[in-house]
Amino acid sequence: MNVKLRVWRQAGPDTPGKFVEYEATGLNPNMSFLEMLDEVNEDITKRGEEPISFDHDCREGICGMCSCVINGEAHGPEYKVATCQTYMRSFQDGETITVEPFRAKAFPLIKDLIVNRSAFDRVIQAGGFISTSAGSAPDGNAIPVPKQDADAAMDAAACIGCGACVAACKNASAMLFVSAKVSHLNLLPQGKPEKDKRVLAMVQQMDAEGFGACTVTGSCEAVCPKGISLNFIAKMNRDYFGALLRAPSKAKAAHAD
Amino acid sequence: MNLDAKIPSGPLAQKWDNYKRDAKLVNPANKRKYDIIVVGTGLAGGAAAATLGELGYNVKSFCIQDSPRRAHSVAAQGGINAAKNYQNDGDSVYRLFYDTIKGGDFRAREANVYRLAQVSANIIDQCVAQGVPFAREYSGYLTNRSFGGAQVSRTFYARGQTGQQLLLGAYQSLMRQVSLGTVKVFPRTEMLDLVIVNGHAKGIVTRNLITGAIESHAGDAVVLATGGYGNTWYLSTYGRGSNATAIWRAHKKGACFANPCYAQIHPTCIPVSGDYQSKLTLMSESLRNDGRVWVPKKVGDKRAPGDIPEDERDYYLERKYPSYGNLAPRDISSRAAKQVCDEGRGVGESGLGVYLDFSAAIQRLGEAKIAERYGNLFDMYHEITGESAYKVPMRIYPAIHYTMGGLWVDYNLMSNVPGLFVAGEANFSDHGANRLGASALMQGLADGYFVLPNTISGYLAGQLGKRPKADAAEFKQAEKEVGDRLQKLLTIRGKRTITDFHKQLGKIMWDYCGMARNEAGLKKALELIPKLREEFWKDVNVPGEGGDLNQSLERAGRVADYFELAELIVLDALMRDESCGGHFREEHQEEGECKRNDEQFAYVAAWEHKGVSQPPVLHKEPLKYEEIHLATRSYK
Ligand SMILES: Cc1cc2nc3c(=O)[nH]c(=O)nc-3n(C[C@H](O)[C@H](O)[C@H](O)COP(=O)(O)OP(=O)(O)OC[C@H]3O[C@@H](n4cnc5c(N)ncnc54)[C@H](O)[C@@H]3O)c2cc1C
Ligand code: FES
Repeated sequence: MNVKLRVWRQAGPDTPGKFVEYEATGLNPNMSFLEMLDEVNEDITKRGEEPISFDHDCREGICGMCSCVINGEAHGPEYKVATCQTYMRSFQDGETITVEPFRAKAFPLIKDLIVNRSAFDRVIQAGGFISTSAGSAPDGNAIPVPKQDADAAMDAAACIGCGACVAACKNASAMLFVSAKVSHLNLLPQGKPEKDKRVLAMVQQMDAEGFGACTVTGSCEAVCPKGISLNFIAKMNRDYFGALLRAPSKAKAAHAD
Repeated sequence: MNLDAKIPSGPLAQKWDNYKRDAKLVNPANKRKYDIIVVGTGLAGGAAAATLGELGYNVKSFCIQDSPRRAHSVAAQGGINAAKNYQNDGDSVYRLFYDTIKGGDFRAREANVYRLAQVSANIIDQCVAQGVPFAREYSGYLTNRSFGGAQVSRTFYARGQTGQQLLLGAYQSLMRQVSLGTVKVFPRTEMLDLVIVNGHAKGIVTRNLITGAIESHAGDAVVLATGGYGNTWYLSTYGRGSNATAIWRAHKKGACFANPCYAQIHPTCIPVSGDYQSKLTLMSESLRNDGRVWVPKKVGDKRAPGDIPEDERDYYLERKYPSYGNLAPRDISSRAAKQVCDEGRGVGESGLGVYLDFSAAIQRLGEAKIAERYGNLFDMYHEITGESAYKVPMRIYPAIHYTMGGLWVDYNLMSNVPGLFVAGEANFSDHGANRLGASALMQGLADGYFVLPNTISGYLAGQLGKRPKADAAEFKQAEKEVGDRLQKLLTIRGKRTITDFHKQLGKIMWDYCGMARNEAGLKKALELIPKLREEFWKDVNVPGEGGDLNQSLERAGRVADYFELAELIVLDALMRDESCGGHFREEHQEEGECKRNDEQFAYVAAWEHKGVSQPPVLHKEPLKYEEIHLATRSYK
């Protein structure tokens, strides 16, 4: 099969970018989308030009590195997969495919299709952990965890931190990402002692990074490669307001906005 | 060179306790006076950096991905072993130790493996405390599954995403230390050289992958936890960014490379479908708990699997290895798959495939139960092949998956270069000639959480105040070498692409140094590789410049290193004139199984670099077994 690509090319954060067209010919429908980009890059290289930069690593939907908006949709047309798990059979022969980076104020562009998502690391640094040090843990079976809680925590923990939720949201909100981590840890007995502190600190950092507010459009859940549920946002809101009520007045003031 | 493994005295079961009792410590107030460089943020590096930070050291942590959470450990699916004996099925530290030594075909160091089995139980405790959502029973207690090479059920798992969940646990601990100010993380930063000052590893030279800046970082010790080198073979189950550069550059600076030819070929991967393919996808070994492996009995039988009656199927693993059946170890299962395909009984278009069939398990347990256990793997299979494994058997074929070889380390995990520690897949220490399933995650976390934090203090105690400045002459020299090499790659502007060269190298490696090796083939590879390497340096086309993000330049540097490493791998395979574990020399077999030669080869082969195109020097560390007896490995 053959397709025409319109790819966002931008040499750096301070230079203007534009769409550049490429022909991709003689493709096998069983190729992955990234393998198609590999082939296009081989051609570009042979022509003596600079290939398209794009993030990728595992190429099996688990590392969260790949991050393209394909035909206007974060991670492309298929449901519950990452860019690297998108196959050419999902497109029509002769189709024009538009490829862009994940765009959001909190994800500044680095080059072509690559953006900087370190804001997510800083949100985790604010409280996305359980404060335990190696060597201090009791036996793994000392605290039984009801299976439904462990399963729900796993549903949330499945997040790969790709940022598609942010890219898809018209407000560039990170609520799905943050709520997944808050829920994963807050659902487990091990995470309970820091529950309030965690949610307050992570939400505060999320706001400080410049992510937008959530207006519950659901576009995040729709593009999430792991199908993380919007219900976690509702759960985080409950945790958040509960924590605010319980928080000492100074902390309240800090979160009043 | 005398390679002293520094194994503590005393009976095997007490060595680690004796070691800790006698170890030199660093006083808590002094810990913050030390800077430790940790390269890699996978299970080994992430856990080490976080734990060293918890102890109070200043840690600089480096990775090539945009976040430490994306290290390749994230892709591990099936599980992690631990001798907890929660199932009351006869497991013990000794049994895990013995299974691992035997699994490695008696080519691993006894004391290291015993320690690994000992700390395995602490790992599970630590991960549960961090919030790793392991699978549980309705009672709320942890559950287990079985993995290859074991007759007990000791593998802990988090659906099909165990590596991801363990890595997130380590990453979260690391982020906690960042917030506390003990760890500073350098993402998108690639180590390109090791810096040695007065014979000790005291720093690294890196390239900032966004700006291209070449920078020096000095430390009191350097830890490399940069993963395995399986991408030398081009197609593998590794992430595309996994590479050998850090360990290879350290090797060129004096660190011995041990057992490079020990590479693991995993039996259950999705078969190659076309030339465009960029990687191979693993279907976790855990599937062999419920899946049955078979091929048609008749050569060239092209019927659909459902049309082949039971009595015309050959469940060859169950037939050949009745006591382990489908859970025979990886090297054995892979070779068995190759054998039936070589006989012309392979399935699928290419004939390079065997069936992994779940119909019996689905009949017994129901589709829902199978979906709960393996749903995400079945989904992945469906995405890639367009087929549903609930309806038709999976087609699988072996692929490069793990490297047991790596930099030589002693019991302290220190290489022969003082101050250079190596952890996780990057070292050679625990898996001998074949690694059992679910034991790489165990080793990475054991090294990171429990071993290194205890052993590094012995070195550091004598090093206070000896850290050089990052602008010392040795650093400037290394920066210059790194810069010159990058510039050289950029000025070739030849006609062939990097991928083109890498694919060709991969094919040589797979054909002559893959699942089965022989003297003639290895010698042929030793002719082909240096020629191709020369061509690479004359005719490769590396577009772009060095002063900004340039993925071609990154790749070119790594492929250049594979060329040099590939030669050493083949040389080691040729030297090791016996079969053991994943290293199968066709000349040495008994009824198709490996035939070891303990008299001549019961040693670790540690190679010393003497310059590119110069023959490396072989040093032998004899493997002395105090507790166990060398036996023929049998899974029949
Ligand atoms: C698909 C798959 C499934 C697996 N499943 C299992 C399983 O179920 N159970 C099991 O026990 N094992 C499994 N394994 C093996 C296991 O995942 C790995 O052996 C293990 O995770 C390696 O961890 P590591 O910390 O040593 O290295 P890695 O996780 O590979 O981390 C390497 C780190 O080094 C960094 N790095 C590399 N080079 C440089 C450089 N030059 N400069 C700076 N940083 C650098 C990388 O950025 C990364 O952070 C699996 C492997 C694969 C490929
Ligand atoms: S490359 Fe890892 S999720 Fe796509």
